[in-house]
Amino acid sequence: MEAKRRELVPLALLWGAGIATLVILIVILVYILANGLPVISWQFLTGEPALWGQTGGGIYSTIVATLAVTGISLLVAAPLSVGGAIYLNEYTKETPLRKVIRQAAEILAGIPSIIVGLFGFLFFVIYLAPITGGWSMISGGLTLAFMVLPISLRTSEEALKTVPTELREGSLGIGATRWQSITTVVLPTALPGIITGLILGVGRAVGETAAILLTAGGSLNLIQSLRDPGRPMTLNIYDVLTEYRDTTTAYGTAAVLIIAILAITLITDVLMNNYTKKLKGL
Amino acid sequence: MNNSIEISVKNLNLWFGKFQALKNVSIDIQKNQVTALIGPSGCGKSTFIKTLDRMNDLVDNVKTTGEVLYQGTNILDSDTDVVELRKQIGMVFQKPNPFPKSIFDNVAYGPRVHGVRKKQNLNEVVERSLKAAALWEEVKDRLNESALRLSGGQQQRLCIARLLAVEPEVLLMDEPASALDPIATSKIEDLIYELKKDYTIIIVTHNMQQAARVATNTAFFYLGELVEYASTIDLFERPRDKRTEDYVTGKFG
Repeated sequence: MEAKRRELVPLALLWGAGIATLVILIVILVYILANGLPVISWQFLTGEPALWGQTGGGIYSTIVATLAVTGISLLVAAPLSVGGAIYLNEYTKETPLRKVIRQAAEILAGIPSIIVGLFGFLFFVIYLAPITGGWSMISGGLTLAFMVLPISLRTSEEALKTVPTELREGSLGIGATRWQSITTVVLPTALPGIITGLILGVGRAVGETAAILLTAGGSLNLIQSLRDPGRPMTLNIYDVLTEYRDTTTAYGTAAVLIIAILAITLITDVLMNNYTKKLKGL
Repeated sequence: MNNSIEISVKNLNLWFGKFQALKNVSIDIQKNQVTALIGPSGCGKSTFIKTLDRMNDLVDNVKTTGEVLYQGTNILDSDTDVVELRKQIGMVFQKPNPFPKSIFDNVAYGPRVHGVRKKQNLNEVVERSLKAAALWEEVKDRLNESALRLSGGQQQRLCIARLLAVEPEVLLMDEPASALDPIATSKIEDLIYELKKDYTIIIVTHNMQQAARVATNTAFFYLGELVEYASTIDLFERPRDKRTEDYVTGKFG
C-alpha cells in the first residue's frame, strides 16, 4: 500500500508535465483568439493601414507581403530541398560527402534567425541591391528560403527513405531508367512526406520575424512589385507594438496568422491522408 | 545438357568489400528450360542471379571479375546498357512488390516507360500479359483497382505479368514463392511450368521439392562455390559431391 502511494508522486508529476504542454498551447491560443477575433472584420482584412502616427486601420498590405515572401521562399526552397533530397537518397551511396551535406543542413537549421537575417541584409539588401531592390520582398523571400531549405531537405529525405527498396528494384528490374523510377514510382509514394516537409517550411516562413526585420523593409504600402519593401504580418505585430503600443492591431494580426497556420496544417493533413489512402488502395 | 545455351558464366568472382560472395563460378544456362539454384542461406545463389541483370549495381562496394556472356557480349562490361539488359533479363523478387498503382497501371508500367502510349496497344499488352501470368480471369473486371488490394499470391503473379509485358527473354526468380501459402505457391509453380515454353527461367529456391517439381537442371551452391550442376534427377538421386548429398538428404541446410 505504502509502495503504491509512493508510485503516485512521480506519476502525478509526469502527468502534470504532459498536461502542461497542452495547457500552455490552449492558453496562448485562447488568449490570442479571444483578444484578436473581435478585431477581425472584412474592413480589417481588406482595408488600408492607418495613416502614419495613428493606430488602427486594415492589414491588407501585410497579408499580401506575407504571401509574397512566403511564396518566394517556397519557390526557391522547394526545388532545392526536394532536388537535394533526391540526390542524397537516390543517386549517392553512403559517402562522406553525403554525411557532410546532411550535417550542413542540420547546422543551417540551427543558426539563429537574426544571424540568417544579418547575412540576408548584407548579401541581398546591400550587395545585390541592383537586382533585389534593396529592402524588398525578394530579399526577404530569399533569406527565408535559407530557413525553409534545411527543414524541407531533411523531411524530404526521410520521406524518400520510407519508400521500400523493393519498389525501386521492381521498376529498375523491368528496364526503367533511374529517373523514370524516381518520377513514376518513388516520388508519388513519398509525396505525402515531402508535402508535409514543405508545409513545415511554410509554417516557418510565415512565422519568421527576425530574418524579415532586416531584409523585407517595413513599408506599410501595398507592394506594387516584388522589388518593393513591405511589411509581412509578423513584422507588423512587432512594429505596431513597439511604435504605437497598438495592441488591438497586434492581436488582430496575430489571430489572422494563427488561423492561417492552423488552416494550412489541417487542410494538408486531410488532403495527404486521402492521398495515402488512395495509394494504399483503401 | 545439349540444348542451346542462353547464358554462359565463366569464372565469376564477386566481392562485397573484402568478403568474397562468389568463387570462380562457371555455369551454362540452357535456353527455354527452368534452372533451379539451391543451397543453404548465404551460399551466394541470390547474389548470383542478381549479377545476371546487374542488380548488384545498387549495392555499395561490389567488385566482380569473370564473364557473363549473353547474346555474345559480356554483360559485366562497364559499357553495358543496363536499362536494355534489364528489359531482356527481368527479375521477380522474394516479396511481391507491386507499385501503389492500379492493376492496369502496374502491368502497363514497363511498356509505358519504354514509350508505348496508345491506349489500344496498352490494353492488348495488359490483357496478354495477365493471361500469360494466369491472373486475367481473377482481375479482368477490376483492372482499375489498386494492386495492393490483391492477395499475396495474386500480387506475385501480377509482378510476373508486369515483367512479361516488356517481353523479356530470361526470367530471374528469387524465391518467388517463399512469402506465399501452399495454394498460392502451387499456382506459381504451375505458371513457371507454363512459362518455360517461351522463356528461359532461373529460379532460386530454398525448397528442394520445388526445385524437383519445376526445374530441368539444378545447381547446388555452397559458401559461394558452385559445387554441383546437373539435371535435376541426377543431382537429387545420384549426387557426385559429398556436400551435395548431405544437403539434398537433409543432413544440413
